[in-house]
Amino acid sequence: MPYGPHTTDDRALMLAALGIDSVAVLFEDIPASVRANGLDLPPPEPELLLSHRLERLAARNQVGLAGFLGAGVYRHFIPAAVDQVVSRGEFYTAYTPYQPEVSQGTLQTIFEYQSLLAELTGLPVVSASHYDGAAATAEAALMTIRATGRDRVLVSRAVHRHYVDTTRTYLSGGRHRLEELPTNPDGTTDLGALERALSEGEPVAGVMLGQPNAFGVLEEMAEAARLTHGAGARFVAIVEPVSLAVLATPGEYGADIAAGEGQPLGISPQYGGPYLGVLATTQELIRQIPGRLVGRTLDLEGRRAYVMTLRAREQDIRRDKAASNICTNQALCALAATTYLAVIGPHGLRDVAAGGAAAARRLEKALAAAGAPRLHSAPYLNEFCVRVPDARRVHGELLDRGVLAGLALARWYPDDPELSDALLVCATEVTTHEEIERFATALGEVLA
Amino acid sequence: MTETLERPAAAQAAEAEAADIVARALAHLPDRVTPEGTLGPRRAVGAMLQYTLAELSRAGRGGDKIPHPPKDALDGIPMSQRRAEPPALPELNEPEVIRHFVNLSHLNYSVDGGFYPLGSCTMKYNPKINEWAARLPGFAALHPLAPDAASQGTLELLFELQEMLAEISGMDAVTLQPAAGAHGELTGILLIRAYHLSRGDTERQEVIVPDSSHGTNPATASMAGFRTVTVPSAPDGGVDLDALRAALGPKTAAVMLTNPSTLGLFERRIHELLDAVHDAGALAYMDGANMNAVLGKFRPGSAGFDVMHFNLHKTFSTPHGGGGPGAGPVAVRKHLAPFLPSPMIVRDDDGSYRLEREAERPASIGRVRAYQGSAGVLVRAYTYIRAHGGSGLVEVSEDAVLAANYLRKRVGEAYELPYDGPCKHEFVATARPLRDATGIRTLDVAKRLIDYGYHPPTIYFPLIVDECLLIEPTETESLETLDAFADALLAIADEARHSPELIHAAPVTAPVRRLDEATAARKPELHWRPMTGAETPCPS
Repeated sequence: MPYGPHTTDDRALMLAALGIDSVAVLFEDIPASVRANGLDLPPPEPELLLSHRLERLAARNQVGLAGFLGAGVYRHFIPAAVDQVVSRGEFYTAYTPYQPEVSQGTLQTIFEYQSLLAELTGLPVVSASHYDGAAATAEAALMTIRATGRDRVLVSRAVHRHYVDTTRTYLSGGRHRLEELPTNPDGTTDLGALERALSEGEPVAGVMLGQPNAFGVLEEMAEAARLTHGAGARFVAIVEPVSLAVLATPGEYGADIAAGEGQPLGISPQYGGPYLGVLATTQELIRQIPGRLVGRTLDLEGRRAYVMTLRAREQDIRRDKAASNICTNQALCALAATTYLAVIGPHGLRDVAAGGAAAARRLEKALAAAGAPRLHSAPYLNEFCVRVPDARRVHGELLDRGVLAGLALARWYPDDPELSDALLVCATEVTTHEEIERFATALGEVLA
Repeated sequence: MTETLERPAAAQAAEAEAADIVARALAHLPDRVTPEGTLGPRRAVGAMLQYTLAELSRAGRGGDKIPHPPKDALDGIPMSQRRAEPPALPELNEPEVIRHFVNLSHLNYSVDGGFYPLGSCTMKYNPKINEWAARLPGFAALHPLAPDAASQGTLELLFELQEMLAEISGMDAVTLQPAAGAHGELTGILLIRAYHLSRGDTERQEVIVPDSSHGTNPATASMAGFRTVTVPSAPDGGVDLDALRAALGPKTAAVMLTNPSTLGLFERRIHELLDAVHDAGALAYMDGANMNAVLGKFRPGSAGFDVMHFNLHKTFSTPHGGGGPGAGPVAVRKHLAPFLPSPMIVRDDDGSYRLEREAERPASIGRVRAYQGSAGVLVRAYTYIRAHGGSGLVEVSEDAVLAANYLRKRVGEAYELPYDGPCKHEFVATARPLRDATGIRTLDVAKRLIDYGYHPPTIYFPLIVDECLLIEPTETESLETLDAFADALLAIADEARHSPELIHAAPVTAPVRRLDEATAARKPELHWRPMTGAETPCPS
């Protein structure tokens, strides 16, 4: 065993103290009929050989492509300081701060994370983190159900498909219903349809829209929030945190809850996680928010300190009456986001958002010139759809030319003929002129 | 903006007396003796507390990590869609940021820093090669929606991990999607629901849990739309079989068992339990939080469980990260495989790997998260399993169980052990007799352990043991550490009898003393106050 400390003498000493001659005695409480006899797994691998195996596997992934794929996960520059901070064992190998006196480092970083995300979202109550954007969205839907005592949730079809699917799974246990709202030809959610859905049928608990939405388009969030509140329902904004450096905040347009994926704040793509589910809400809904919350307090001599608080919402206290079953969260990813925001600063974050917007406009021009015009007309920030005939085939041929041409939306909307010819593409501050040129040139060749 | 971090106490006399107790509590701690002499006094309270990032901020500091975009970059965004004020994020230069977080890190107790016998959490050493592997650019930079052809390395690793976890669990199929143990529980219970419904069995609305279960079990059942029925434990710590039989019926969808239990005991009547569950037409869910005790010794699927989750951050050494991230893969037997979340990772006949396509498995419960799993955590667990191999994992459990039984015997010299041994990887002790004799409670013992240089065990869980301590040493702690920890617990029991005021004062060596948790809950302050005036960043 590579990390065990026990010498033969140590084991003998422990066995002698227990008055037994073999460790097998300690497993005799497992009935013989179900006792297993080892594992059919490969033999132990020394670190030297194991490191080679891992390098070979990693090298089989193609990560050097000119990448225009976003769809909820974005390539951003991550300052070196971020990984240095989150690699510290003192953060890495501690657990949930059950003993606050020896967990002030973790507790203060969570408090600072809550503060930073409160500033970005414009909402005062931020949870210590959820699994990812999809899980945070599903929890937001459940919050609207608890807050209103109603069972019907409306979600725009232009919300990330995985978030909608996850929410449907989370809601499948109860009597709850999830209905999708259609979109307009310009890429925004059809607010007329929202108004009708709110006025007809069962009362609505919550309405969920993305900003930017899954087509990259900016929604009329203030109007959607107004309509939602008019029907006594709660409004959920599904947000991308870097965009909040420049876009109106959920707090400004009256959202009751903001949910989203925190990955763009200094976390690598890693083929799907670990990520950072962001969940924020108003003071009014503070007792509905699931997951850990860290608050400021004093120790008995008056020193400022931090502690997990409002614990009566949580599973280890309330058991079957808890707001959620969440226990382990993504605290380390929240630390990465906190460090990222501290290092990049307010001007830097604006530059990240604006740099992506500038690169996306160059990309739009270049692709249009190569024969792939934009599909929608509503404003966008740094992600948008283009129309390409036979998009899935084109996507494959561009991959052969070293270009990862975003997402063929037919993957997510197989039944929608409007989107069968659509590629969802994005640019960020790391997208170079050369990459855009390479994409446009390759596209021209493929379409020729 | 610089609130003082220390505050003068009101009453001079009371302060003097308190200070005296603190001084004595410090003086009473044993010297840490080395062959070259003692290591000297322990750290004083308070000295390391840190200002917040907001307090450290000065307008004009930091920045310039990325090039400035052109001035017209945002011209396409209507003013009505923009935020009115730039976000009031702190402005700091990089050295300050590093110093801030390094100093904060020092306020944490961690596995890398010391012994962390937090029962039920398996705080074992987290090997450094795991961290190196997860950061290889080929793994870290891979987009989760990258085409299968561009993702063969990660897909192969994940496919192998599915197979390895199936072997360890004795199950037939594994999903790697769930992001944590509780997330795995939710997945597993939704699978059970889908299974019953697929058979037209629509009346099963109850999930049975023992009273020793993790709080996540009943919370999961509620989240999945079930009613929780709690059954008591028998005097020997196992599930009360008669009570279980009485609770089982045509309404029972599942029974959730933790085995070894949260008392650190193997469920000796496992046959009878599983037979009773299945005879009632219900399915058996195993909470795998305690798998570290039984690797290669007990395979839940082979024994008759239908579904279980793993906690990779416990058994397979991925870091706990101050509260996460974890990963909670779910393993099932054949009859539940059709319902597993999509996508699974599959190997085609030509030896290439791919994700399942949309709707490839129509009975799937769907997604429980975005994309296909926390691959960064899964790479670490894979690395751990490969490093140990089958034989090494068996040794892990043997050493974890041996260490727990040894420590149990030592702790039993001064604390009551409410259940007969042997235990598995953890054990329960109680300070009930100590409380009755001296007034010192488990909470006090835990806080005093901090002064002795240890992270306290899990306390007051499981709920069924009064003044409970749940102690899990893991396999990576040396005999010297186990002995020193036992000596500390014994010394505290002695202090409780002779100078209980020292224990009531504890901790006196941590960065802060005991906290006012009641006020924090009554008037929650969840973020720093908004920055104003000179602290607010200049509008761009």
